[in-house]
Amino acid sequence: MLTPKDMAYLSRLSRLSPDEATLAKFGAQCGDILKYMDILSEIDTSGIEPLYSPVSHEKVTRPDQEERRWERSQVLANAPESDGQFFVVPRIV
Amino acid sequence: MSDLHTASLLEIRSRLAAGEVRAEDVARACLERIKATEPSLHALLAVREEALEEARALDKEGPRPEKPLWGVPVTIKDAITTAGTRTTAASKILEHFVPFYDAFAVKKLREAGAIILGKANMDEFAMGSSTENSAYGPTHNPRDLSTVPGGSSGGSAASVAAMQCYASLGSDTGGSIRQPAALCGCVGLKPTYGAVSRYGLLAYGSSLDQIGPLTRTVADAALVFSVIAGHDPRDNTSAPRPDPAKDLADIIQAQTDLKGFKIGVPAEFLHMEGMDPAVLSACERTLEMARGLGAELVEVSLPHSTRHAIAAYYIIAMAEASSNLARYDGVRYGHRSPKASTLEELYTLSRTEGVGPEVQRRILLGAYVLSAGYYDAYYRKAAEVRRLIRQDFHSALERCDIMLAPVSPVPAWKLGSIIDDPLKMYLMDIFTVSLNLAGLPGLSFPVGKAGNLPVGMQVIGREFDERTVFRAAHALEKQIGDLAFPCL
Repeated sequence: MLTPKDMAYLSRLSRLSPDEATLAKFGAQCGDILKYMDILSEIDTSGIEPLYSPVSHEKVTRPDQEERRWERSQVLANAPESDGQFFVVPRIV
Repeated sequence: MSDLHTASLLEIRSRLAAGEVRAEDVARACLERIKATEPSLHALLAVREEALEEARALDKEGPRPEKPLWGVPVTIKDAITTAGTRTTAASKILEHFVPFYDAFAVKKLREAGAIILGKANMDEFAMGSSTENSAYGPTHNPRDLSTVPGGSSGGSAASVAAMQCYASLGSDTGGSIRQPAALCGCVGLKPTYGAVSRYGLLAYGSSLDQIGPLTRTVADAALVFSVIAGHDPRDNTSAPRPDPAKDLADIIQAQTDLKGFKIGVPAEFLHMEGMDPAVLSACERTLEMARGLGAELVEVSLPHSTRHAIAAYYIIAMAEASSNLARYDGVRYGHRSPKASTLEELYTLSRTEGVGPEVQRRILLGAYVLSAGYYDAYYRKAAEVRRLIRQDFHSALERCDIMLAPVSPVPAWKLGSIIDDPLKMYLMDIFTVSLNLAGLPGLSFPVGKAGNLPVGMQVIGREFDERTVFRAAHALEKQIGDLAFPCL
């Protein structure tokens, strides 16, 4: 079980703010889930390189060239608030 | 009501190409079927009425046999972008999100002449195994409305099984195509990681996610796969390989036996606690059938690929999810909380109001396994075990051409019966997650029944060898014949 303090810390990291009752329920569930995860300690992985992606081909990046793929109006079309030029957010400075 | 909707994709495609039926009539038949079934099924989150107009436009051009899906109606999982059509990933946070670009796979379907009928329901952001985590309500299984269709591509599987369309695109991060296909009694392919571009797929676990087809027959899946696979420079995990053969569906249909096939049977997958006896016996019958078709069965071992794979998978998937879902912050798209007065509040409140409990749980756990002090014990450890799992599969596939294994330990379960026990739900994925960790292709197809409910098995193949997977599954499918599942 993760403590309320653990859960508050994780919520802060995740920019989530579930109410206290929900957070307590999550804490218990997450505790059970993490306890299950501990079965990985049964496996000796000393000397094993971690595998982060199954990709076996050489990773390629595109040429670093400017390309106009979309119009500004398309990119802004789903913005909750925009001034036609930029996304608008609450003032930060 | 016409019965055009009951044909297979290959049948309707030939009739369309020969000018025997019009695209409009086929689209209309599917839309009528949708109207008749949706009230009890809820497989779709959006129906595109304009599909009928698009079909008429196709008819004006006349049949275009060179286009492999000309006039064929399909549905698309709502995690895959469709230009001009709302794409929500079954989340409230994207309730009003209308993408301005098509996913690579959707673009390929449109270019092949397919008609997009609608967007399929799913677990929110593909997080779930039952489609009960949709913010817009669950989908029901067309074989038995009191049961779940599986998930997360449950809407896609239900839509195909209920004959609303001839094919659907789903996505599979830990079994999300194969498991609903098994539970609904249809065919679902998770391609090799890198075979189909992820461009336009709303990211969940980027090193695991793969788009693939759900259809009613193996050959139909081969046809859709041959259309959507191929290199895409916009996804750097997309493999720079030649496109699959255009006539893949025809090639695999020539396969009527399994002579010369060595089929690996992973012992750990069959003899597992909690396996439903009817599922086990359907699997055993299928293995015997494979032997009868000339295959040699060899026992193989995947020692890290069940219980440990679940643990490794959920750690990695949650870690990637917590990072990927950081983009939903109320700034550029999606829900923005009206209650926020600072930027920090805007992020936090928009996210909290916008995403459901399972998604929040996974983001929190992902943050935990990536945080200082726990990273090595969880995330790094899981990645090390992931390498062992891949090695297990590669060694096993040196001893055989394909493997045959169950997809789900149980048939479709009752709606609501395990939704409050997340760990139990995760364990339902025990036979599917290891393929995503290893990056290998797997095709789920119906092999039998548990009572009246479908049972599926998966053919597991070598990297980029979908062709062998399709050939074997096709031969078995023909031998099994019509399983006559009940259908809504």
